[in-house]
Amino acid sequence: MSAAAFEELALPLFEQLYNFAHWLAQDASEAEDLVQETYAKALRAFSGFQPGTNFQAWMFRILRNTFLTSRTGLKSTAVRDDEIETIASTAPNPETVLLERADHEMLRQALTELPVTFREILLLCEVEEMSYEEIAQVLAIPIGTVTSRLYRARKALRALMVEKFKGAPHGV
Amino acid sequence: MACESWSAKLDAYVDGELSPSESKDVATHLRECTSCAAYALGLVQMKRSIAAAGKRYQPGAEFREKIQKTIGTKRQRGGSWYWKIVAIPAALVLILSVAVNLYVDREKARRERVYSELADLHVATLASGSPVDVISTDRHTVKPWFQGKIPFSFNLPELQGTDFTLVGGRITYLAQSPGAHLIYRLRQHEISVFIFQDRGDETAALASAPVSTLSFTVEGWKKKGLRYFVVGDVGAQDIESLSKLLRDAG
Repeated sequence: MSAAAFEELALPLFEQLYNFAHWLAQDASEAEDLVQETYAKALRAFSGFQPGTNFQAWMFRILRNTFLTSRTGLKSTAVRDDEIETIASTAPNPETVLLERADHEMLRQALTELPVTFREILLLCEVEEMSYEEIAQVLAIPIGTVTSRLYRARKALRALMVEKFKGAPHGV
Repeated sequence: MACESWSAKLDAYVDGELSPSESKDVATHLRECTSCAAYALGLVQMKRSIAAAGKRYQPGAEFREKIQKTIGTKRQRGGSWYWKIVAIPAALVLILSVAVNLYVDREKARRERVYSELADLHVATLASGSPVDVISTDRHTVKPWFQGKIPFSFNLPELQGTDFTLVGGRITYLAQSPGAHLIYRLRQHEISVFIFQDRGDETAALASAPVSTLSFTVEGWKKKGLRYFVVGDVGAQDIESLSKLLRDAG
């Protein structure tokens, strides 16, 4: 596999990778560092990439691993599991949250406030439109865990949105 | 509130992750259960909203350029690595071949110059009124004549049974170096045999096989610290025959 083949496969993912990196790191400069490091690592490891397997999932996995070992990544994943459970369990019914009434900024804020474990799985599922199998590859977890984590992430997001609606002047 | 038994499946349903039969079951249930339908609708709305809100960050043009350059540069670096593997030896080969060619050209030029000089000596000697200073067909007469006149001694072949005849000899100079010039006759042709000390310089790199130059055939070799040259207008085979006799004698 040549460097030209790598460029052909990897360059179209540039915007998606940057967006994901920015969501993870919450900082433009760090996102750039992550993306740059991801490309460098991926290029070095490209000879080991199995043709026919999911290149996008492979790139996102490298990016995520790079993030997890970064200073911000290490801090962001230090959220304890029980805290995540608390966030997820306080979710109201989805029908009580009229997401269509929420502006993007409010949703974005809620996504930002989510623990990175939930944020990343939602982004991979909704923004990147990855299948559970692809998500499982990126996050290196079983598909069953993808299902349950996605379920909890949505609950947690709904809970945050309800809080924001309550706090907002035009809230329900 | 979604039904407890269905809620776990509804997420996978809206994500399109259920098998066709499971999807059919869920769809049937949603037509019958308002709360589950509302929950599923909420999920779909959430998916759409996250998809829209999630596409938020755009990389700058400069950064894009940087990454493109990084990948491009990497490729070039890959090329440069390849270049090192392939081009450096190639360059060395080129340098060496140029050096070798220069050397060969120089040696060729030197050899041609020496051969020209030898051919000149050969022609000039034969054209002169007294081509030889010692006239004798006897090698035992000719060889001692050179003693004390040149700083080396040499052996001459027995010509009995050959077509070659020794005419005589004279002192000659090549590159300011004194040597013996012997003249042999083969049929109507005179052949010059030059013997010099091997000084590892001008005469060092001469071809050992007969070489045709300026309508003369020349053969040179080195033996026991001496350089021998045979020059004549006879064919290479005759030059070689005489050369062999001289080699065997020397």
